[in-house]
Amino acid sequence: MTTTDARTSGRKPAQLVDMNWDPITRIIGNLGIYTKIDFANREVVECHSTSSLFRGYSVFMKGKDPRDAGFITSRICGICGDNHTTCSNYAQQMAYGVKPPKLAEHITNLGEAAEYIFDHTLFQDNLVFVDFCEAMVKATNPGVLARAERTDAPRGDVHGYRTIAEIMKAFNPFEGEVYKEALKVSRITREMFCLMEGRHVHPSTLYPGGVGTMPQPSVFTDYLSRLMRVIDFVKKAVAMNDDVFDFFYEALPGYEEVGKRRILLGCWGAFQNPDVVDYRYATMNEWGKAMYVTPGIVVDGKLVTNNLVDINLGLRIMLGSSFYEDWVNEDPFVTHDPLGNPVDMRHPWNQTTVPVPQKRDFEGNYSWVMSPRWYHPGTGEHLALDTGGGPLARLWSTALSGLVDTPYVKATGGGIRITLPKGEKLPETTLEWRIPKWSNTLERDRARPYFIAYAAAMALQFLEEAMGMLQSGDTKVFENFEVPDESIGCGFHEAVRGVLSHHLVIRDKKIANYHPYPPTPWNASPRDIYGTPGPYEDAVQGQPIFEENGPDDFKGVDIMRTVRSFDPCLPCGVHMYMGKGKTLSTVHSPTYGANHG
Amino acid sequence: MTTQSGTTETRADAPRGFDEITILWISEGMSCDGDTVSLTAAGQPSIEDVVLGLIPGLPRVNLVNKVLSPSLGGEDFLAPYRKAARGELEPFILVIEGSVPNQNIIEGDGYWTSFGNDPATGEPQTLNWWIDQLAPKAWAVVAAGTCATFGGIHAMAGNPTGCMGLADYLGWEFKARSGLPVVNVPGCPIQPENFMETLVWVLQHAAGTAPPPPLDHMLRPQWLFGKTVHEGCDRAAYYEQADFAKDYNSPKCQVKVGCWGPVVNCNVPKRGWMSGIGGCPNVGGICIGCTMPSFPDAFMPFMDEPPGGTLSSMVIKPYGAVIRRLRGLTNDMVNHEPRWRHNKQKLTSGYDPHWRA
Ligand code: SF4
Ligand code: SF4
Repeated sequence: MTTTDARTSGRKPAQLVDMNWDPITRIIGNLGIYTKIDFANREVVECHSTSSLFRGYSVFMKGKDPRDAGFITSRICGICGDNHTTCSNYAQQMAYGVKPPKLAEHITNLGEAAEYIFDHTLFQDNLVFVDFCEAMVKATNPGVLARAERTDAPRGDVHGYRTIAEIMKAFNPFEGEVYKEALKVSRITREMFCLMEGRHVHPSTLYPGGVGTMPQPSVFTDYLSRLMRVIDFVKKAVAMNDDVFDFFYEALPGYEEVGKRRILLGCWGAFQNPDVVDYRYATMNEWGKAMYVTPGIVVDGKLVTNNLVDINLGLRIMLGSSFYEDWVNEDPFVTHDPLGNPVDMRHPWNQTTVPVPQKRDFEGNYSWVMSPRWYHPGTGEHLALDTGGGPLARLWSTALSGLVDTPYVKATGGGIRITLPKGEKLPETTLEWRIPKWSNTLERDRARPYFIAYAAAMALQFLEEAMGMLQSGDTKVFENFEVPDESIGCGFHEAVRGVLSHHLVIRDKKIANYHPYPPTPWNASPRDIYGTPGPYEDAVQGQPIFEENGPDDFKGVDIMRTVRSFDPCLPCGVHMYMGKGKTLSTVHSPTYGANHG
Repeated sequence: MTTQSGTTETRADAPRGFDEITILWISEGMSCDGDTVSLTAAGQPSIEDVVLGLIPGLPRVNLVNKVLSPSLGGEDFLAPYRKAARGELEPFILVIEGSVPNQNIIEGDGYWTSFGNDPATGEPQTLNWWIDQLAPKAWAVVAAGTCATFGGIHAMAGNPTGCMGLADYLGWEFKARSGLPVVNVPGCPIQPENFMETLVWVLQHAAGTAPPPPLDHMLRPQWLFGKTVHEGCDRAAYYEQADFAKDYNSPKCQVKVGCWGPVVNCNVPKRGWMSGIGGCPNVGGICIGCTMPSFPDAFMPFMDEPPGGTLSSMVIKPYGAVIRRLRGLTNDMVNHEPRWRHNKQKLTSGYDPHWRA
């Protein structure tokens, strides 16, 4: 509250302090955020993001059997490994020219829907919401907590909590009611996942060409009965999140500036339509637009394209602050796509990974993450697209395209309408997500529970269709194929936290080149050759500080809320590696108690 | 009186364990953090049950894990690790997730993976540094997942980091303060309940309420990894009857389409993935040997028939075919009801009214 006054009453002489958080907690993987904060004007003036892990997937996959790619790339990520397997299978299916049977697509969609519901629930309620829970707000903005105690929760009739503070209390880690319930829900939804994909994190029943999941009625009944057990929780989660985020705008005027950046969103689409998809590159625009989450690039609120071919050709992997040798002088693997369009040397199909370990230097090279960008043919810019943590870009892109029109989910142009059936306690409910005014921290977080509802609603449709096929005796789930001597393929999908692509080049029936580009390299990328910062850096840099603590007991909650709103997940920065650290002038590492109960 | 004093004496002599213990979990090995995520899937028992003290016979547990930590990160999160490295936090169990890179192959500046920065210099502190500091002071050391136990996927042929399992790094003869060697819980990722069960046993041992957990020669809990996948597989009867799936559309034995179950130590088909649901060959996934020390190289390409499979499935063919045919006949027979079940005038069931009186 006080911060807004400071910002509007003219600038004071800067009081700069270097602050870093390394490692960041409550995320998957190794992420460090290094900032300069101006405490006089209460804003972040500089931000660099870096990670400390190099494993080298694109290095050790070379020469392997391409059919192993899905099994191997699953291990890139310990929370969305299945999204990698699925995406790898999409890319392989293009390369092998095989189209899985329809029922296999439904089973994959059901598995992926369960994954979205599970992962977003665990992340939002058990990891992100800790930043908004009673204990944290008390330690960072006691004034806000006092106000939350006096503020009635407008949607209390749905979620059952009387005041905003009661909701915050329910999110206290390990003890709060919602925190504990979310863990339970994350288990039920993972069981749904296992019914379709065998094991969670690294699935066992997904193959290029289809699935091995036995299509029996009980598999679908077991899934449906679990889905219905969590449907009311989903409705409550949307209401609770809306209440808390609306309250933050109200209690801290100006909070929309936290984590705000230019609207530059990318979504690669999810949930194939089994009636349309054939995995051919030539028809990729058609089947891409038939997906039940529409791919798209949204710039300044406008849809630039929803053609997967355009999206593919615009991909550029830039260097600039990363520890690699340029591959510009190597021979390209792919000069033209299957439609005859030229393919850039900086495209993932042509990337070669040549690591050059070196010291971390924030003025020079400081990250093993490269900088994926999208080349806008209209403006000539290399856009540092972000994924909005996944759901924000998915909902935005789908809403603007207006193509999804199903019994439970409808894109309206200005938003998305989602209908969930009657549950044990709550009636049939229609939720409406509307395109927000900003691409910022609170809207990234708000989109998440809505996308849980979206995935649950789509799951109902996939279940009905799959059951119908099964009951009519159509039970084929796998199609055989041959691995060709030479071929290329690309897969586009949405990992939970956003865009995921796999690019594959086969020579002599072996992997000649393989490059997975998951969401976190997009979001966590460092400054590129043009000096454009990556999305975490851009969102944090310049953001105001609302925390009431001064430099000595500063926790950095506003910064952490911003970073976590993107759903960071560093294991997928497959090329990451951190060089030797540079000594910062004033290193101040914020503390928050010393007890980790 | 003697009985009484005897009892008292036994109690006094019983090994007294710890009332409270800290778990320092480091997932900064070369991993995907999937073992931490898997752990949150366990319901028998769940991690919150353990942390909230709902399991009898355990010490009070302070869990420090980056993914689940309520702290904001950085030094605040690292505080207990630093304390332990200074020797001021006792007792603690060190859990390592991910494979351990070979730092010695790096020339000049550089780290394969680090965990926080050195407070004095601001330089990254390597995973290896932390292991060197913490392992000798730990009461027990647990390796979570195949990466930490045996190197796993990131240690596959052609990898640039030279990474390995924790026992390769510390030496297989390493003993923690408790006298326990590294406790290996393989699985890519860990089967949630396998891990929690092992952890609970180690904690019971820490509390003095249980003996050390029985481990095999690869330091795996014997009761979890003592049998093969095949021995617990739903499809094993198909194998015995030499009835093999030709592709993944089939509920039959998958040995010809890539399953390594006959020779892999893992209980997943029997136990399911979580709460008895899911798994591998039992639900349509080939076993790729993800719990094994030789994973993944020995099992690739995954979708081809294992080399030994051709011979063993050929040998079993004639036997299986006969057995299948005979069982088919019997199955046919037992699929008919006995003749005495009818609604005619006469009772033909063999009932003798004599015995009624
Ligand atoms: S599917 Fe695998 S584990 Fe099951 S019976 Fe066949 S070979 Fe054995
Ligand atoms: S059955 Fe095989 S693939 Fe499945 S978990 Fe066990 S070892 Fe891994």
